[in-house]
Amino acid sequence: MSRIEKTFERLKVEGRKGLVGYLTAGDPDVEASEARMRAALDHGVDILEVGVPFSDPTADGPTIQAASFRALQGGMDVKQTLALVSRLRADYPEVPIVLFGYLNPLFYYGYEQFCRDVAAAGGDALLVVDLPYEESDELRQHMTSEGLDFIPLIAPTTPTERAKEILKDAGGFVYYIMVTGVTGTRSADATDVKEHVERLRTCTDLPIAVGFGVASGEQASAVGDAADAVVVGSALINAAGEERLVELVDELHAALG
Amino acid sequence: MQKTDPNEMGHFGIYGGRYVAETLMPVLKEVAAAYEAAKADPTFDAEFRRLLTDYVGRPSPLYLAERLTASYGGAKVYLKREDLNHTGAHKVNNTLGQALLAKRMGKKRLMAETGAGQHGVATATAAALFGMECIVYMGEEDIRRQMPNVKRMELLGAEVVPVSSGTRTLKDAMSEALRAWVTFVESTFYVIGTVAGPHPYPVMVRDFQSVIGVEAREQILEKEGVFPDLVLACVGGGSNAAGIFYPFIEDEGVELVGVEAGGYGLDTGQHAASIVGGSVGVLHGTKTYVLQDDKGQIQNAHSISAGLDYPGVGPEHALWADLDRVSYCAVTDDEAMESFYELTLKEGIIPALESSHAVAEAKKRAPAMGSDTVIIVNLSGRGDKDVDAVIEMGAGDE
Repeated sequence: MSRIEKTFERLKVEGRKGLVGYLTAGDPDVEASEARMRAALDHGVDILEVGVPFSDPTADGPTIQAASFRALQGGMDVKQTLALVSRLRADYPEVPIVLFGYLNPLFYYGYEQFCRDVAAAGGDALLVVDLPYEESDELRQHMTSEGLDFIPLIAPTTPTERAKEILKDAGGFVYYIMVTGVTGTRSADATDVKEHVERLRTCTDLPIAVGFGVASGEQASAVGDAADAVVVGSALINAAGEERLVELVDELHAALG
Repeated sequence: MQKTDPNEMGHFGIYGGRYVAETLMPVLKEVAAAYEAAKADPTFDAEFRRLLTDYVGRPSPLYLAERLTASYGGAKVYLKREDLNHTGAHKVNNTLGQALLAKRMGKKRLMAETGAGQHGVATATAAALFGMECIVYMGEEDIRRQMPNVKRMELLGAEVVPVSSGTRTLKDAMSEALRAWVTFVESTFYVIGTVAGPHPYPVMVRDFQSVIGVEAREQILEKEGVFPDLVLACVGGGSNAAGIFYPFIEDEGVELVGVEAGGYGLDTGQHAASIVGGSVGVLHGTKTYVLQDDKGQIQNAHSISAGLDYPGVGPEHALWADLDRVSYCAVTDDEAMESFYELTLKEGIIPALESSHAVAEAKKRAPAMGSDTVIIVNLSGRGDKDVDAVIEMGAGDE
């Protein structure tokens, strides 16, 4: 059983919703980002999304754009991101780690080498924002060889038939984007999210995480109701910048219990 | 060589495709399906042709630049006068086509990115014509250097949104437009200004711009009785070049050369020559040649001309380059400026700084070609928008 499967099994037993936390690797520098990730994990993040910074993050709002920019200014790159994953893996053997980013740095690195190095570093899955299902064959082949899960994104605009097609090859969990928009800018209507998640349940048996626009425990609890996990990104970065990351993680963790 | 067309997924060989967030995939498929249906509908084409004739003023003349030809002392130089189009550049050919498609799809709001402002003006113009709302994303640096076009867009009723991320130029404007499209995907039609971006934009924009090459091909046969020896066009994203090249692709004797922006010179690293000085990558929804560092991060482009200041290029150009059907070269800021002044003084035509790059390449090549040979330069736009910037640069030299 994979770490992701085990985590969702555990959550089911505990009767909790999972907390998926996103932080950009190298923001504001390598050491501080590692410290933030460790703090987030120590305070109840169940699945860690490690953001691989990219120069042109076209699906991200101002917060993650700025985080990527700071990371790149500090010289962060794919190699150092993998080294960071490797250090986290040594101390957190059971926590699923998802590499989250854009295609070009991976493409430049080389898919085969990248997947091999992610697996070696202890990563579990990849989520590539600008790689839709139709373009993903080549990368997915290499991921499969290395035992990595391809986390699919489903949007409010994705028709049901298309969702079925995408989800037939997916692994790990499904990431449902709750709002039409970029990260961290809009909040979702819980009733609306519930309808979409229920529709997705007819397409897959995988656990469903919902994200984009969750900033507080209250919101997490509301949208998390229908789902298996809630993803929080921009709000964690903002909180970390204000020295209240731990408080927010505690709040979210409590709200999902 | 046969004409190149993408497969159903928008791949031109290994290039092109759709590298966007899942949120946009359904709408891209809708746009592609609507475009296929429109192409098959004679009333769509008739309406497009009517606008090109009566509204844009097509066909644009193919003008023999005699004084320029005499000064170069070689090949006859013809200028395809896209600068004489309504709004002053080739961009309007495409925006009218896309606005007609938007209307067909029932969209009431157009959105665009712009560098030099020509595409923004052309989109704002189409929006006014069709009674649609218009919002244009433009980098703060470009707003500064192309102020006349900002004023024009505002007069036309468009909202110009300044983009302050990155280098505050075309690349960042396009990133911001893609973000905005994700947000307003239900209501808004995104009018991309060049042959880049996700499928179907590269092929759709090329098709709308192909009127340039179709006309030039007929006009030169009428005037000279032969095909041109050489066709030159500047390449940023590459829409004016794709428009004039595509109809000549099967004419083997016609040499096609795309002129990229060499900025301060290729060896300085400060340029916008994605094919000549870049490598394969993925940017703004398409796989193509891009400017990137050794970590796969997109690099900042530099060009004196805001319209060429982009670190990527249309995927069909990437394929044409690999197939050696079109060759690509680069012209520096200084060479483009020199040709800007020369064309202005010799012919009384003030060219856009973008188009001045293509003129500069003609200046290099014409002298070595015989007087019985023919060059067509695509004069993609006029330089009114550049007057302030050119004067400012001239003042800086003193």
